[in-house]
Amino acid sequence: MLRFLVSRLALIVPTFFGITVVAFLFPRLLRGDPVLLLAGERGVTPERYEQLVHQFGFDRPLVIQYLDYVWGLLGGDFGTSIATKNPVLYDFFSLFPATLELSFFAIAFAIIIGIPAGIIAAVRRGSLFDQAAMGVALVGYSMPIFWWGLLLVVVFSGMLGWTPIDGRINVRYFFDSVTGFMTIDALISGQRGAFSDAVRHLILPTIVLGTIPLAVIARQTRSAMLEVLGEDYVRTARAKGLPPRRVIGIHALRNALIPVVTTIGLQTGLLMGGAILTEHVFSWPGIGKWLLDSISSRDYPVVQGSLIIIALIVMLVNLLVDVLYGLINPGIRHRG
Amino acid sequence: MRKTVVLLAATAFATLISGGAFAQTLVYCSEGSPEGFDPGPFTAGTTFDATRPVYDRLVVFEPGTTDVGEGLGLAESWEISEDGLTYTFHLKPGVEFHSTNYFTPTRTLNADDVIFSFMRQSDQSSPWYQYTSGISWEYYNAMSMPDLVESIEKVDDLTVAFHLTRPEAPFLANMGMDFASIVSKEYADQLEAAGNMVQFNQLPIGTGPFQFVAYQPDATIRYGRFDGYWGTPAGVQSLIFSITVDASVRAQKLIAGECDIMAYPNPADIAMLEANANILLETQEGLNVGFLAYNTQQAPFDNAQVRTALNLAINKEAILEAVYQGFGQAAVNPIPPTMWSYNTAITDWEYNPTEARAMLEAAGVTNLTMNVWAMPVSRPYNPNARRMAELIQADFAAIGVTVNIVSYEWGEYLARSQEVDRDGAVLLGWNGDNGDPDNFLAVLLGCDAVGGANRAQWCNEEFDALVQQAKVVSNQDERAALYMQAQEIFHAEAPWAPIAHSLAVMPVRSNVQGYVMNPFAIHEFATVTVE
Repeated sequence: MLRFLVSRLALIVPTFFGITVVAFLFPRLLRGDPVLLLAGERGVTPERYEQLVHQFGFDRPLVIQYLDYVWGLLGGDFGTSIATKNPVLYDFFSLFPATLELSFFAIAFAIIIGIPAGIIAAVRRGSLFDQAAMGVALVGYSMPIFWWGLLLVVVFSGMLGWTPIDGRINVRYFFDSVTGFMTIDALISGQRGAFSDAVRHLILPTIVLGTIPLAVIARQTRSAMLEVLGEDYVRTARAKGLPPRRVIGIHALRNALIPVVTTIGLQTGLLMGGAILTEHVFSWPGIGKWLLDSISSRDYPVVQGSLIIIALIVMLVNLLVDVLYGLINPGIRHRG
Repeated sequence: MRKTVVLLAATAFATLISGGAFAQTLVYCSEGSPEGFDPGPFTAGTTFDATRPVYDRLVVFEPGTTDVGEGLGLAESWEISEDGLTYTFHLKPGVEFHSTNYFTPTRTLNADDVIFSFMRQSDQSSPWYQYTSGISWEYYNAMSMPDLVESIEKVDDLTVAFHLTRPEAPFLANMGMDFASIVSKEYADQLEAAGNMVQFNQLPIGTGPFQFVAYQPDATIRYGRFDGYWGTPAGVQSLIFSITVDASVRAQKLIAGECDIMAYPNPADIAMLEANANILLETQEGLNVGFLAYNTQQAPFDNAQVRTALNLAINKEAILEAVYQGFGQAAVNPIPPTMWSYNTAITDWEYNPTEARAMLEAAGVTNLTMNVWAMPVSRPYNPNARRMAELIQADFAAIGVTVNIVSYEWGEYLARSQEVDRDGAVLLGWNGDNGDPDNFLAVLLGCDAVGGANRAQWCNEEFDALVQQAKVVSNQDERAALYMQAQEIFHAEAPWAPIAHSLAVMPVRSNVQGYVMNPFAIHEFATVTVE
């Protein structure tokens, strides 16, 4: 297991450096000058422009800027936002709990519905349920998040008024942030109605962000189950007269879960991309809008920092999946 | 049983209390997150909206006007030396700073705070000059304060004298701007000693009517009434900024009662808001101008006759209707009509395509093809530059001028439009900073601004001399006379086609009382009460 972990971690190091290069170059390849954007309509005199460029360090050779940046990263310094003047990590951690909460609920929603749907579809292969579930999954997978979110907002928030339009909780509730998860903090606060209000705010964003992972997980579960259900040992278990629930729930599902866990891991990593769009539609105060704004204002440190942090999170999730995969299937870890 | 009754009573009381607190709460649906809570390094109105509740300035404008009102700010009174080089401010005694869970002041406001508030922006040897990396004091620089302020002297604990390098009439108005907010030196010292200077921009301490409570980026800013406030106490117990980027969503939230006031409505939503019996629309003439700036250094726009001909061809009424949706007024001069020294004797170029065509021919210009630059973003002074450019394109086509509409990414647009050898004519505009005509005429049309904010690249010596002279004269009537002459030269030379001054609209729910619109488009809530 240790060798397995070390080999995975060894891969992370070059990947991380590759990402720093991409994250560093990406904002610089975009047209637009952060200093001029900062100056706005007023403009800047050439002298002041030079001063500011020097102050931000943009007048140094690109390689030096990059090495300086990586050196800072290794010391935990992700730079300072040009826009807010705050350390990038400070801004990130102010916003990230909201993204984390939304992502957690979205993946939980996808798993709770996706796996049972996939199992039932596989067990009742060719049934109306199977065809309907897989049809819906295909539609869900193909649905552009932005459009899907707007559609739900128009129907459920606008026309029916069942769900709030935006945000994480009604602004009139106020309590200390203990965990960063609004639902948990609302419960801890004991304020009447706060928890249910936080949940109401989560419903639509969770559905929107969870739709694609749900579709993928359901389809993956179905196909993995179908494959396993045809195996000899499942036939043997059935022949021995074990109850169907036990055959499916214990013998078949455990083995079918291996590719499903991989899929869940990959989908969790991909959630970050979907979260940016979902947060935009629902004005969800997570890192999505922060990242989009930083790109518009060419806030290099924020663009670089947020890309690297997101990449690190995705890498860690993948590592976790690899470890879980090894735990479920001992053969993997021996080979590793 | 008795315990249950007590519990029920307590719950009922808590509910009543919380109901009362809600009634004492004002929710403002704002358009974005502030960049920070230190007003010094920033330039965005959204940021100043968020810092205004917390900070005071030495000088404050009369509510709803651009006139400096004596005694309204932290300075009880002031004197200006005869040579115009020294401004002495007398501070109000006993002004308290906010006491919060992150700072407890041990003294009231004094001259040290005032000196620190300005010196941190100019003294490069101060650790506060770069208290977080990449910080720059853009407004302080833009208002020429580093060249202007020679020194700041502490005369006594409650008296501060600013010694200037030259007479500067707009100086007093500058003191009313947000970069001139007075911060606590004691708080700064405490953070410096703790090695946590960046907190200065995150958890603010001021002397304003509200004290900072909490900020959740992109979601809410919370303030509580400051009971130790030196002036009239704020009208509500708590103030919440509900940050809602989308204007249509803000409108929906206002209708649903989720907020009491909203910023910057979509022109398209105004009719819907107006039709709602629970919503009132407050309006104020904006301190802004949207214009089309010709490059007066490039042929044929170096000819005033050509520029005038083009101005005659623009149908401003159609633009006001299509672009401003009726919430704007045609601009005649480069400064808005609400500003003192506005020259009412000047009449606009009357829309007349026939005369425009004849004038163009007389100037020897035929088959002219030109670029009109359309901003890629919506601004208060020009909500839809692309549409405006299309209307101008059609107007110019009617006099035989072919227009190509060009646009660039916003940063590039700003940079390229500054270039002296730039082609065609640029759509842009300006929001006033301090209500002084110098802030429009010198900044946008002065010779020093050529290659910068002067997008017409227009340097008229006579105009420039008048504006420079007005800057050093302290008598406002004399200054007004000089600015009026300058506007006549502007009209004769037509370096721009001034298009419109937009009208600021603020939808408020009918239970909100006492909201006064600010001509600088800053939103202030100290006087507001909620029924």
